[in-house]
Formats: sequence, structure tokens, C-alpha cells
Amino acid sequence: MAEAASAAASGAAIELRGVELEIGGRLLVRDLDFSVAAGETLVLLGRSGSGKTTTLKLVNRLREATRGEVRVEGKAVTAWDTIALRRRIGYVIQETGLFPHVDVEQNVGLVPRLEKWPEARIRARVHELLDLVGLPPATYARRFPAELSGGQRQRVGVARALALDPPIVLMDEPFGAVDPLTRLDLQRELSALAQKIHKTIVFVTHDVAEAFALATRIGLFHEGRLVELAEPAAFARSRHPEAVAFMETLDASGAALALRDGGPDRAARGGEAAG
Amino acid sequence: MKLADVLGSGRAELLALTAEHLLLVVLAAGAAVAIGVPVGILLTRRPSLSRPVLAVANVLQTVPSLALFGFLIPVLGSYGIGRLPAIIALFLYSLLPIIRNTYAGIQGVDAGVREAGRGLGMTDWQLLTMVDLPLAATVITAGVRVATVISIGTATVAAAIGAGGLGTYIFRGLRMNDTGLILAGAVPAAVMALVADALLGLAEKRLGRTRRHDARPSVALRAALPATATAVLAGLLLLAWAGQRGSGGGRVVVGSKDFTEQVLMGELLAQAIERHTGLEVERRFELGGDLAHRALVASGEVDVYVEYTGTALLSILKHPAETDAARVLEIVRAEYPGRFGAEWLAPLGFDNTFAVLVRGEDARRLGLKTISDVVPHATSFRAAFGQDFMSREDGYPGFARAYALRFTDPPREMDLSLTYRALASKQVDLIAGNSTDGLIEKLDLVQLEDDRHYFPPYQAAPVLRQAAGRSHPEVAEALQALAGRIDERAMRRANLAVDGERRDPKRVAAEILDRIAPR
Repeated sequence: MAEAASAAASGAAIELRGVELEIGGRLLVRDLDFSVAAGETLVLLGRSGSGKTTTLKLVNRLREATRGEVRVEGKAVTAWDTIALRRRIGYVIQETGLFPHVDVEQNVGLVPRLEKWPEARIRARVHELLDLVGLPPATYARRFPAELSGGQRQRVGVARALALDPPIVLMDEPFGAVDPLTRLDLQRELSALAQKIHKTIVFVTHDVAEAFALATRIGLFHEGRLVELAEPAAFARSRHPEAVAFMETLDASGAALALRDGGPDRAARGGEAAG
Repeated sequence: MKLADVLGSGRAELLALTAEHLLLVVLAAGAAVAIGVPVGILLTRRPSLSRPVLAVANVLQTVPSLALFGFLIPVLGSYGIGRLPAIIALFLYSLLPIIRNTYAGIQGVDAGVREAGRGLGMTDWQLLTMVDLPLAATVITAGVRVATVISIGTATVAAAIGAGGLGTYIFRGLRMNDTGLILAGAVPAAVMALVADALLGLAEKRLGRTRRHDARPSVALRAALPATATAVLAGLLLLAWAGQRGSGGGRVVVGSKDFTEQVLMGELLAQAIERHTGLEVERRFELGGDLAHRALVASGEVDVYVEYTGTALLSILKHPAETDAARVLEIVRAEYPGRFGAEWLAPLGFDNTFAVLVRGEDARRLGLKTISDVVPHATSFRAAFGQDFMSREDGYPGFARAYALRFTDPPREMDLSLTYRALASKQVDLIAGNSTDGLIEKLDLVQLEDDRHYFPPYQAAPVLRQAAGRSHPEVAEALQALAGRIDERAMRRANLAVDGERRDPKRVAAEILDRIAPR
């Protein structure tokens, strides 16, 4: 009880204390010590295999920490009923994991249906959610995942994760598989949505631009460790070599922008260099 | 009976056999689904089990069907012949494709979809019924389809253990050298397989259309599984009950082995009992190998059938060979009651011994009269024998020794009725048939005299289960009237009437009975 009170007081929705996960003698993550404040959008950034997705799965207990403790809303995940814990946490993954054999309405209404809501309430909730993610129910409710574009599928995935109005939403590279323009739209919508619905969001990506577009704080993973955790402005100035490397990917797009704005002179030189 | 009869007056029998065939397959495949799908699911939940379980199912499927049927006889004891063992064998064959496809189908479900389901808080049962099974339904149905088509084919072999079905025509046709009759069994079975394949293919396609609005396979599957299980259970109980009923009450079960003379003798016994007692007679004919004997002594499923003294002496009692007919009868009469609880009634009159046969033209050209006459020609002769003759004590090995016969090629081992065909069409030159076989006359074959008296006597006589004899003493009385009334000529003619003239064994037997004991 005291712990729960302190967590509530500190406002932490998620806390990791000395967390480590070892599988077959390999440490997937280690020394994880951080918390996520209620209502913030924490973006976990890092290369493939750096441990960010694993960290996400430790929160909804798809993975079990071999050392340390993960707490959600002040209570250790091991003390939660696993099903209750997962239904309190929205989950969106790359390619969204929509069920291909049922339509949009049934996909979004899945968890309420598992919770045995009355059908009328499920319908109302599904329509509300589809409106929220910008998919008019009249057009989309009866479509099947294969009848949607990649961007639309991601929206359905987000709507499904929000169905029970969970206070926490975990998003694992949800926009990884869509084209850059749609991606930008989705990022803008999510950031507007995050402000509107006031959720605690943990978002995993390997795209530093996406991190800056969404984050209230950015956490950087490198070889299983969280090596940097800061607000965007501070993160941009980080001296950690991995952070610097990621910032350089932004420089490349900056260079492209400069090329566009700098006139034919510099473009010609760029062309020579490339030739 | 010929093909025209099957399509004409025998249409009712064709329908009954088709229905019987279908019943065997549906019950077996239904049971395989009821067991195989849950086992397949279990394997996806306990992957360490998948290797051993799939290996066992694999091995089961490689066992030749006749061997499996034969193996089930001692295992099942009193239910060793008839429908139950056939259904069990077909069930075992169906298991592998269903388990394998269920396992592979669920393993093949997109990992992201399953992960999302778990992450959203689905229990394992919800994941199974709402995600795994609906998405694997197409693959599982494909497994059921394979299992069903295999079962329809294999079920034809089940006729050998008295399970009925379309194989009855095939075996009868083989025995009677009647291609039309073989087709009468084979064609409907093939059509059935094609129809089943098409229907299940359609179901597979429908389940595959998961992105359409009408598809709610999860609901259908959830309803179908318990329904199938219940139906199968009910069917098995019904069969067990039917099996129990077979040998009780005012009924007598008459058996026969699986060749024409035996079917004729079975009919003769059955009709004699029907005419002279008020008992209801059940016919369990065409039992392969030594099944009729086992059904009589081991399980009591058969109450009476016609056995041959020589067969009893050598194959069943495993005595050394003995050529004196009276002595042989004395031995079997003395030993049967104590060992098997069965008794020998008076011999019917004919002796069906092995007949070494050659083509008439060869016999005339080479002057062959006795088996010894063949010995100098043996190196240029090709021989073929039935499986029975090749394997038994008084069969080929002793025969070859007794006459110092040496063929250049080892004799071919094949189905007995096919050896007649092979001899007539000059694919082989010497076979061992039965001395009462009607085909001997029809195909112009010559029986060579057993001049060294190698073959023991094979007097035919009814063997009666003593328990049945005690509860129905009128049976032995009715059969006593047949004693010594059928000689070899009569038997050969009767066999020819069925094998050669394609007459109904029922009618031929009735005529023999009319002649012996006019009504």
C-alpha cells in the first residue's frame, strides 16, 4: 500500500527498477532503471536488437524479467492478474497484428467483447473510436483488414488498442511499415490524440525524426542498456556517441533541405561530389 | 452374380454396401477429427511432444492395411472382426494427416497476430478459438480431406475382416475371376472418393475466404467439434451394442472363409438351420485367413462354420502330417472340445485337398498325369501359389521337398484366385488350387495326382461352438441331415455354378438342400 501511495504521489505510471532479462545466457536488457510519468509520451529510440521492444514486452508481461522489478501503476506486474494487466494497457505493434479473418468492427470491438460488454455499447464505442482515428464507421466498419491501406490498418490498430480506454498505451514501431507521407500524417494525428486523450504512451522507434515529432522525453537504447533519457532539447545536445550517431541521420535530411534551399550552385557541387 | 445382376436385382445390395462403406469412413474420420484436432492443438502448446507424437502417427500410417487389420484381431479380442476393427484401423490411418495439419496450421498463424492477441489480454483459450483455429481452419480441413480420401480407399480392404462395404464386391470379383464385379466395387468407391474430395475442397475454399463478410468460421468450428465428438461416441456405442447382440438370444451366427465353396457351405448351413429350427441366422461370411476359426474359438462371434480336417490338424493344432483320413478326423474330434470348446459334426462328404494344376493342353502334350511327371519339366515351368499355400506347414516347402521339385525361378506368391487367371493366360504353368474348384473344369485345367501322398486329407465338416450347441441342440440335429450328402463332383459343380455361371450362391445352396432333404 505504501508503495502504491508513493508511486501515485510520484505520478509514475510505469517504473523499472534494476531490471534485467537473460535468455539462454544472453542479456537482452540490463540495468534498466527509469520511470514513465502519467500522461507523458516516452519514445524509446535505438537500433534493431538494442532492447527497446523487449523492454516494452516486459511492461505488459509478454516477457518476464529475470532480475529487478517492473511496476505498473505502483503494483509489480507479477502481482497483477496477467489478463487484467494487459487489458489495462493498450498494445499496438508493427503491421498492427489485426485479425485478418474478422472485419474492422470486430477487430476494434475485440477486447470489449472479451469483457462481455453489451453489444449496443460495443457498437457505440467502436464507432466513437473509428471517428477518433479518422475512419468514418459507415465506410470502414464492415471492411476486412485486407481491404484497407497500410495507413488505415495502423489507425484501426490504434483504435483497437484504445477500446477499453486504457491509461497506458504501448506502441512498437506502429508506423514502421507505411510510406513516409502517411507516416507523417499518422505522427501528427497521434500527437494530437495524445494531448486530447491524455494517455501514458511508450513508443518504440528507430527513426530519430519520429522520436522528435512525438516525444515528451526520448530514451536511447544501446546494446541492452538505456544510455540516455532526456527531453528532446537536451537529447539533441547529448554527447553520447550513439545519440550523436542518431542525430547525424537528422543532419542528412538537414543537408537535403539545405540543398533544396541553397540554390543551383550547391546542388551542382553536390552532384560533382556524387559523380 | 455378375455385373448386370449388381445393377439390376442387386441394386439394393449395392446401395447397402455403399451405405456401409460410407458409415465406416464417416465414423472413422469423425473419430479422427475428434481426437486428432485436440492432439494437434496440444502439440502446439507442448512443442516438445510434437516430435514423438508425429513419429508414432507416421509409423502407424506406413503399416500395410491388411497387416494392421490382422494385428487388431488379437488386440481387440471379442470385437476382432467386423466393423469395429475396421473403423479403428481407418481411424488410425486418418490420424496423421489431421494431427499434422492441425499442428502445422496453427504453427503457421502469423506470429504478429498471435502476439497482438496475447498483448491485448486474450486468454490462451480465447486465442485458440478466436485466432488459431479460425486461421488454421483451411489447413485443418485439407488434412481432413486427405484423411477421408485415404479412408475411402482403405475401407475396401476392410471387407477381408467382415466389415462389409464396397470391398465385398472387389474380393468377390477377385475370387470369381469376374472383372465386372471388381469394377462394381471399385468404381463406386472411386466415385465416393472423388465426391468427398470435391465437397471437402469446397469447404476448404469457403473457410479460406476469411476476408469476406459472411465468414464466421470460429462459431461454426466451436459448434462442429462437440457435435462431431458426440456423433462419433454415439456411433461407437451403437456398434458395440450391435456387436454384443450378435451371439445372444435366439440367434445362430454362421461363418465362412473367404472363398466360393465356403460361402456356399455357409449358405447351406444357414438355410438348413433356418428350415429346420425357428432360430434366426446371422451370416458372417467371407472371413479371410483363419479369422473364421478365431471368431469361433476366441470370441464366440461365430457359432458354426465348415472347417477342413487337414487344416485343423496342421495349421490349427500344429500336428505332424497324417495321410489317413479316419485318423485325422479322430484326432481333431478328440482335441477340439478340450482346447477350443468346439465339436466336429459329421463330415459333409467331400474332400477339398490341394490340387496341383496345369493347363489341359500342357498335360496332353507332355503326358502329365501325376505330380512326379512334372519333375523333369520343372526347370522350364513357372509356378505361382496363394499366400496360404506358400506359408503353411503342409504347403509349398514340404511339397517341394516331397517331390524334389526344383523351379528355376522361385514361385510367385499371389492371391489364390489370381493364380487361376495367371495359369489360364499362360503367365505361369503350375499352380496349387483346390480339388473342388469349379474353375478346374471351366478353364480346362488338369489336376495332377498326388502320387506320393503328400497332401493330407481335407474332409469338410461343420464345427460347432459347444456353448451354442448346448443352448440350441436343434442346430446339430439340423446339420446332421447333411452328413455325407455332398461329394466332390457335387461340390465342383456347385462351385462352377457360382464361379463360372455367375449364379447366386444362395440359390445354388438352396438347390443342394432341396436335393438332400426335399421340403
